Amino acid sequence: MNPRLTRQELLRRGAAGGALLAFPSLLAACGGGDGGSESSGELKDVLNFENWPYYMDTKETRTAAGLTGPTTLEQFDQEKGIKVNYYEGIDSNDGYFAKIQGQLSQGQGIGRDIIVATDNSQFPSLYVSEEYVQKLDKSLIPNFANLIDAQQSPGFDPDRSYSLPWLTGIDGIGWNEELTGGPVTSMTQLFTDPKLKGKVTLLTEMADTLGLVLIDNGDDPTDVSDEAFDRAIKSVQDALDAGQILKFTGNDYGPPLARGDFAACVAWSGDLAQLVLENENLKWAVPEKGGIIWTDNMFIPLGGSVPTASTYMNFVYDPKIAAQIALGTGYISSVKGVKDEALKLDPKAGSNELVFPSDQTLANLHMNDPNMVSNADFITTWQSVKGQ
Amino acid sequence: MGSFFHQHPRLTPYLLLLPGMAWLGFFFLIPLGYLGYQSLESGTYGNFEFTWEFSNFTNAFTDYREQLFRSFLYAGVATTVALLLSYPLVYWIAFRAGPWRNLFLLFIVAPFFVTYLVRTLAWLSILNDQGPVIGFLRDIHVLGADEGLLYSTFAVIAGITYNFFPFMALPLYVSLEQIDPRLLEAAKDLYASSTQAFLRVTLPLSAPGIVAGTLLTFIPAAGDFINAALLGTTQQTMIGNVIQAKFLTSLDYPTAASLSFILMAMILVALLVYARVVGTEKLTG
Repeated sequence: MNPRLTRQELLRRGAAGGALLAFPSLLAACGGGDGGSESSGELKDVLNFENWPYYMDTKETRTAAGLTGPTTLEQFDQEKGIKVNYYEGIDSNDGYFAKIQGQLSQGQGIGRDIIVATDNSQFPSLYVSEEYVQKLDKSLIPNFANLIDAQQSPGFDPDRSYSLPWLTGIDGIGWNEELTGGPVTSMTQLFTDPKLKGKVTLLTEMADTLGLVLIDNGDDPTDVSDEAFDRAIKSVQDALDAGQILKFTGNDYGPPLARGDFAACVAWSGDLAQLVLENENLKWAVPEKGGIIWTDNMFIPLGGSVPTASTYMNFVYDPKIAAQIALGTGYISSVKGVKDEALKLDPKAGSNELVFPSDQTLANLHMNDPNMVSNADFITTWQSVKGQ
Repeated sequence: MGSFFHQHPRLTPYLLLLPGMAWLGFFFLIPLGYLGYQSLESGTYGNFEFTWEFSNFTNAFTDYREQLFRSFLYAGVATTVALLLSYPLVYWIAFRAGPWRNLFLLFIVAPFFVTYLVRTLAWLSILNDQGPVIGFLRDIHVLGADEGLLYSTFAVIAGITYNFFPFMALPLYVSLEQIDPRLLEAAKDLYASSTQAFLRVTLPLSAPGIVAGTLLTFIPAAGDFINAALLGTTQQTMIGNVIQAKFLTSLDYPTAASLSFILMAMILVALLVYARVVGTEKLTG
């Protein structure tokens, strides 16, 4: 055989190859991958968990909190033989929803067994109403009984069929004392202090940033009127126009704040407890006029393994484990008995205001108006303020 | 099949075009048609309806005029700067670098071995307030003690210029490299000064490279969003950022789709004007 192709052969092969390429593979491509939509009923030896950054105890945060021994995820692996693939891909509730809704809306899995969504956004109710999430297997979660009363019955999931709280946190102001020269105690100061000009960032989540602005303006964040909303928007817009604000961020404010590129920002409570390990000049406080409190919730998305996810939820609802997670992250647990366990680990834990806020602090915290976070006009206005 | 081509020789080119056209149809025309359909929908996520909503276009244009204008401005400045920087460089490589030519070309392309996102992130380290560049500029008092470069118009345009630089440099190099040096000798023999020889021989002969380079730089730069997202602030938002956020964050597909069409139309108009001014023969060389 002559190894050289004749022109005719080349044409023939080219045409055949083209046809082959053009049709079946295209149809396959249009059909989409299976994205892990296999049977949901089996207990697996791997758990895929998608969460926000700064939301799980690590070796470093455990050391800083005076905890010894392996991390929560390592303990889970040792005890249950389930390895956790832990992803930190959530930077905003809307951005993450937008990323996964395409597959979920087609009934496909997203290759995750647990995802997290914050109750001060419209997404927990959207996940439930659009049936993008599966029911928990409560027979595998005897520790469900440890859920604190205040979290038993949220509006988006009144009997907690689909969700369990992961952690609770507070919106406040974080600052780099080296750059600010002193504390930043109010949103007004954040928006007008000339020392902070062009070095302030706000959170891209409407509920977090506007919640604090509403309180600062003397309006009620738990019941937001159109006028109050407009006032809050105007405060942000004025600060933007004055060049005070640099950016709107998700968790990505962390590294530049630690590095000193940003001087002050709206920040989540536990994040700063962890970032301070990188830069000791970082401080965080609830504004004097008050802060916002919210809770992140674990969900099992379509395609996720219900038994594996439920096993994990049961594990972290053991107060012994929950205490380590809370101390290791600087966030508030929704598990009963955490404080007793925490005191066993660290006799001084009770004075950790981030994990166990005092009654005085709690009295100064508010929840967001659920109608505000799902109001389509408000959301559009907020997007356009962000230049989007 | 071979005999088929012999019997119908006039069909051959069309059949050869078929795979390419099918590719274009599936991956460009059909998505474009769908985008057009989306751009005329109304409603919010979960309940979009096709209602011939032409007001999407007028609303999108009035709401995001500023970002559209800014995108064209940034892309224009970046293209011009890239041209001014790359022309002398590739001129030198083409005419003076001798055996080292390929090595220098490799230097131009080398950053492309790293992904776009990482290259842009590198600028965050280069330009941040604690970085060596700012420290040096502050020491020599080019910048004040609390002045910086990151998160500014400068940073965004610099990032775009850097990221699209090879798209300008490589076509320019190709057109300069093809110039026969004897033409320049002939110009000198006819008493042209170096400047005259450059303006009347080299520059016109490199025009196809300039045109190709500016198009390859300007078009993607106008739709870019990475640079503005990472190196800019809310004051530097480009239209690409708006489209990205509408598609991927707020799930406002109709506005995102109509903005995409507006951007496409504006680029097309800019191209037509450009082609008119420089002449279409330059586009094809």
